[in-house]
Amino acid sequence: MKTKQLVAKKIRLGAVANWAPLYLLAPALILLAMFLLGPLLAVLGLSFTDYQLGSKSLNWIGIENFIELYHDKNFWRSLRNTALYSGAVVPVSVLLGLGVALLIEAQKSFKDFYRTIFFLPVMATLIAMAISWQFILHPSFGFLNLLLKEFGLSGHNWLRTESLALWVLAAIGIWNQFGFNMVLFLAGLVSIPRHLYDAAAMDGASSPFERFRLVTWPLLGPVTLFVVVITAIRSFQVFDTVAILTKGGPSKSTEVLLYTMYAEGFEFFKSGYASAVTIVFLVIVLALTLIKTRYLEKKVHYA
Amino acid sequence: MSSIVIQKISKSFGVTSVLKDISLTINDGEFVSLLGPSGCGKSTLLRLIAGLDVAERGSIVVGQHDVTRLHPKDRDLAMVFQSYALYPHLSVYDNIAVPLRMRRLNVWQRLPGVRLFSRSQQKIEREIRQDIHEVAQTLGIQALLPRKPAQLSGGQRQRVALGRAMVRKPEAFLMDEPLSNLDAKLRVHMRSELSQLHRTLGATFLYVTHDQAEALTMSDRIAVMMEGSILQYDTPDEIYRNPSDLRVAEFVGSPRINMLQGWVREGTLELVETEQKTLANSYLALSVDAPHGLGVVVAFRSEQCSLVLAGQAALQGVVTHCENLGSDTLVHVRAKQAKDPIIVRIAAQAPQVKLGTLVGVSLSMLPLVFSEQGPRLSVRVTELDEQPVAPVLAFEIA
Repeated sequence: MKTKQLVAKKIRLGAVANWAPLYLLAPALILLAMFLLGPLLAVLGLSFTDYQLGSKSLNWIGIENFIELYHDKNFWRSLRNTALYSGAVVPVSVLLGLGVALLIEAQKSFKDFYRTIFFLPVMATLIAMAISWQFILHPSFGFLNLLLKEFGLSGHNWLRTESLALWVLAAIGIWNQFGFNMVLFLAGLVSIPRHLYDAAAMDGASSPFERFRLVTWPLLGPVTLFVVVITAIRSFQVFDTVAILTKGGPSKSTEVLLYTMYAEGFEFFKSGYASAVTIVFLVIVLALTLIKTRYLEKKVHYA
Repeated sequence: MSSIVIQKISKSFGVTSVLKDISLTINDGEFVSLLGPSGCGKSTLLRLIAGLDVAERGSIVVGQHDVTRLHPKDRDLAMVFQSYALYPHLSVYDNIAVPLRMRRLNVWQRLPGVRLFSRSQQKIEREIRQDIHEVAQTLGIQALLPRKPAQLSGGQRQRVALGRAMVRKPEAFLMDEPLSNLDAKLRVHMRSELSQLHRTLGATFLYVTHDQAEALTMSDRIAVMMEGSILQYDTPDEIYRNPSDLRVAEFVGSPRINMLQGWVREGTLELVETEQKTLANSYLALSVDAPHGLGVVVAFRSEQCSLVLAGQAALQGVVTHCENLGSDTLVHVRAKQAKDPIIVRIAAQAPQVKLGTLVGVSLSMLPLVFSEQGPRLSVRVTELDEQPVAPVLAFEIA
């Protein structure tokens, strides 16, 4: 009898004690639910309806939005543009970031100066910078065309030419992102143990290229993967420059995923449809994130 | 296998001069240790020999070749690092293969995928495989070849690092404190393994360490370095028994050598009582060729003295501490003539002394005498003309 009571008491005590972590977690959980999971579920729900912004009613239409997406040329175009944009921004800004990091690390003077200079675009507000770019790229009095004229080259209407606009935006994206990659690579470079380079020199790696192949590149592997995924996610999210500079034009040549979502949702008020676009976008970003967590957890720690 | 001849090497970092005119000759097949406290420049000297740093002055000759201006790769020396410096992304096999591939394959043959269609590359890779297995067998690491360094213990990593150094049969091995990251037991074990390896390979070994036990147990000769200079370069036995400098005597030997303060009075030694900063009238029946008034340090090792009854020796003090080491006991005696307690090694079976007992310390052989600046002074036993006021230190010289 006595033991039974004791056990019961213990269980009760245990139950009380078990609530404590929940209490402590509660604030974070509530905020998470309110600001992340809630909206996400709402968007997911909306993507199965015909809801229009401002309307008082909505109907459950199943996967009709997604079927419409599948047949929507505009959506495919925007997905393709986003992929092209990322296809340009990711490799160039990663390689540029790595190159600049290697150059900065290789020499002794002005390290902080260069680091700051190249990091400035990252810290600047992209919307404000987009307006500056608009001035630079202006067809008649823009700095770029004036400069080209000085060298006897003909300028372009950079943002209004169908074949150029997306690549101009990509160039701005690269300008904006490579500084961030550079900082990550710099951190990665610093963490490579010096004695590995000594060992490489003793083993016969005499040229900078051989040292890079034997030590730097493999040891930067985890950082590189991280940088690639982060850059990919960020370039999939391109929106600011498109909204300010081209509004998806000319003739949809710079229409990207997030801009399509914005246009459908807030210009045509097709909230249900925009939600479906968002879900597609989220699935892509989620896939990238999964790659990151999966491989990084395996590869980061070399001991 | 080659000798290494270093002549008048100097190196400074900024204004600090790290190495001052170092000259050192290591014979073919010799095991030489560079022994010194951290910051004495021993690792810098090793890096200069390896070619990882460049000397300001002086020359380094390996075998018949002056390598002073050569790239590390062209010096044909191998180095083993304290932190092992294994490439973390490569398997043990590939780690050991790196120096061979770097030398035997050209840039083109080293590209990934070339092995699929290059006959010559495949042939060289087969030779490399054979060499690696040979080395792995010598070191007993065949089973580890497919593993990554992160999956190995410290001792195993050390062996792999040795394998990477051995595999291309270099002119000489440079080792930078290779055992100091291992735990104490393994370190003692690896000491004998390294000695064994040295005997098997018959190669020239230059071994940097701050651990005197490693230097004393493994080396043919030891160069004791301090503040950028070599103080003494001799066999372990001579370094221990016959140090040429006070700093060598202090650094080598455990427990630390006992030291008494003294001075030279008209050619004979006199001890000083350190506590009162006055001269004690305890004479040593020793004469030295040194100017009158020179401060000296009289040093002797813990096993070169014994405990006697108080009054039987001029050197006496109170027992403050006993350390039982199992095989023998170290008795700490606080005497007026020494700053630090005098440590006397007695057999463990000997009757134990109680703390607080007043005892005498008698020397069983001539002590080492150094000038306070460091250099050794030669001494000889003299007959004193007049009877000293206090009893002379009791010697039992055969």
